[in-house]
Amino acid sequence: METSSVPRTVSGVPPALRGILPVLVAVPVLMALEWLLSGSPFAQQLTYRVGVNVVLAVSLNIVNGMTGQFSIGHAGFMAVGAYVSSVLSLSLKEIALSFLPVAVSDQLFFITALLVGGAAAALCGFLVGLPSLRLRGDYLAIVTLGFGEIIRVIVQNTAMFGRALGLSGIPPATSVMMVGFWVFLTVLVARRIAGSSHGRSLWAIREDEVAAEAMGVDTTGYKVRAFVISSFFAGVAGGLFAHFVQVINPNSFTFVQSMEIVVMVVLGGLGSTTGAIVAAVFLTLLPEALRSLLPMLTEEGSSLSSRVDQIRMPLYGILLVALMLLRPQGLFGTKELWEVLPRWLPRRRKGLA
Amino acid sequence: MAQLLQHLINGLAAGTIYALVALGYTMVYGVLKLINFAHGDVMMVGVYMGYGTAYALGRQAQKSVLGVVLIFLVAMAGCALLGFLIERFAYRPLREKPRLTSLITAIGISFALSYGFQLDIGFLPGAAPRAFPEIIQPTEWLIIGDRDVVVWNWQIMSLLIAVGLMVGLQYLVFKTRFGRAMRAVSYDHRVAALMGIPTDRVIAVTFMIGSGLAAGAGLLYAIKDTSVNPLMGLFVGLKAFVAAVIGGIGHVPGAVVGALMLGLVEEFVVGYVASTWRDAVAFGILIIVLLVRPGGLFGRVAAEKV
Repeated sequence: METSSVPRTVSGVPPALRGILPVLVAVPVLMALEWLLSGSPFAQQLTYRVGVNVVLAVSLNIVNGMTGQFSIGHAGFMAVGAYVSSVLSLSLKEIALSFLPVAVSDQLFFITALLVGGAAAALCGFLVGLPSLRLRGDYLAIVTLGFGEIIRVIVQNTAMFGRALGLSGIPPATSVMMVGFWVFLTVLVARRIAGSSHGRSLWAIREDEVAAEAMGVDTTGYKVRAFVISSFFAGVAGGLFAHFVQVINPNSFTFVQSMEIVVMVVLGGLGSTTGAIVAAVFLTLLPEALRSLLPMLTEEGSSLSSRVDQIRMPLYGILLVALMLLRPQGLFGTKELWEVLPRWLPRRRKGLA
Repeated sequence: MAQLLQHLINGLAAGTIYALVALGYTMVYGVLKLINFAHGDVMMVGVYMGYGTAYALGRQAQKSVLGVVLIFLVAMAGCALLGFLIERFAYRPLREKPRLTSLITAIGISFALSYGFQLDIGFLPGAAPRAFPEIIQPTEWLIIGDRDVVVWNWQIMSLLIAVGLMVGLQYLVFKTRFGRAMRAVSYDHRVAALMGIPTDRVIAVTFMIGSGLAAGAGLLYAIKDTSVNPLMGLFVGLKAFVAAVIGGIGHVPGAVVGALMLGLVEEFVVGYVASTWRDAVAFGILIIVLLVRPGGLFGRVAAEKV
């Protein structure tokens, strides 16, 4: 006998499977990607970079996009995560859990290091956020920028963090699987927040803080929580970053780094998770593409291609100004990718995931 | 004791430079309620304009009184023009938009200027620091004891200029017709426009004055520091902003007091703790001030308009 009470979904996926379906799709894809990239260290590095930038952009989008609070010190949280997890990895380097295979034990340590790094960054996010998120408007931007600089000075003066020289010899533990997992988790959390009642409060704060407060939204509380979640993922991204570049120093996490992430979020559209992803992928691959394209196009290409990095930063500045003048909501606005796709492509139903 | 006195003097001298930059921030913020993030970079451009003028004049002429005046005038006029252009094409179109858009634009301009000047294409100077010509011969103006305490002529000069400009600005804001228009625009620019005040012109002129001041301050900084580079504006600008916030942003004497305080604290940290901690101090103070008195020392917290 057929039970009519079981809701049928349009997609035809059984309800029990819907929760883990993304995992079922993602794992084989990531494994295939890992296998494909294993021959080319360059492509691997590029994938890591893209992944780390996606995590950073999506997490910053929770604060800058969804909550409408402008934080420009994301590199500071990234630095906290990178340094804490690196110190942990370096001190655990020689130890292995004997009852497990070496690879598994290493990955276990790596995950622990990432989590601890993320937690340390989240704690910093709480400490910075609690006082400064009471402030309105532009002050938060300055305070977060100041925080990034304070972190840099602290690192430069701490022996444990290698002072100005930084840390080297960090075990290269990052894998495509690991990066993919964190990208997946960050996006999932961001999307879940966007659709939850927590997210609704964040959108309310973004649209009108005074009105949200008047409607009984605990604005400071929600802002601090969003800030803590965002800094946790920034810390994890920092840990991932440290474990593939293997050498970090205070200059890896400057204002410039923060601004790159801000540009990604603004370009994608403040509040659009998929927009942040697309912008992060695009802006990470663009310099590489230019670097390989320019020598082909010009005679003395070598000098031009070496200028790509030089030109990138002023271009980002001009890009920000142009975006604000022509399309202040960014490419996608608050819409997600599937909402802006052309008509003839299959669309997702209305409503947030 | 002598050491303390010397630190005091050095701190005050550093503070006066911050004060000159902070005045520009405070003026623009007072009228537009916009943190002009690019202010420090306008200052940097002014320094390079002065640098170019000094080299165009040649070694002999740049040291004469006329030469120095000319260098200052060219840099200040050039920056006033730059400030006008930035206001006209980047901030004015966004005036009715949310404040976040102007802030992002300001950051974008700051980025484009400071990193654009690092390119070595055409007339752009490149990333390497340059030595600023000695347009004013540094001489000891006052020596106490066996060189225990030394006061330099440029320290006295910048202190006098800062105080003079502060008094001048106070006069401009509170005693002149233009100042009254500025205050009206600051209070409510829509109503001011209805009352027949040319809002756009007032804001543009305020921007030009602020940018011109930045250029002057930048030149004094360059005379003191002798080394100039495209990123100098970013940090001097940020510290000046911190000074303006400490004093209560939008408040002219507050900016000067805040800047002097910041200069003193930084000098004491360098003198008695370690020079490596200097850059963190400004932001530490900023966070504390914002926590204890969000409006700054002299500022009032504006009631939220609903």
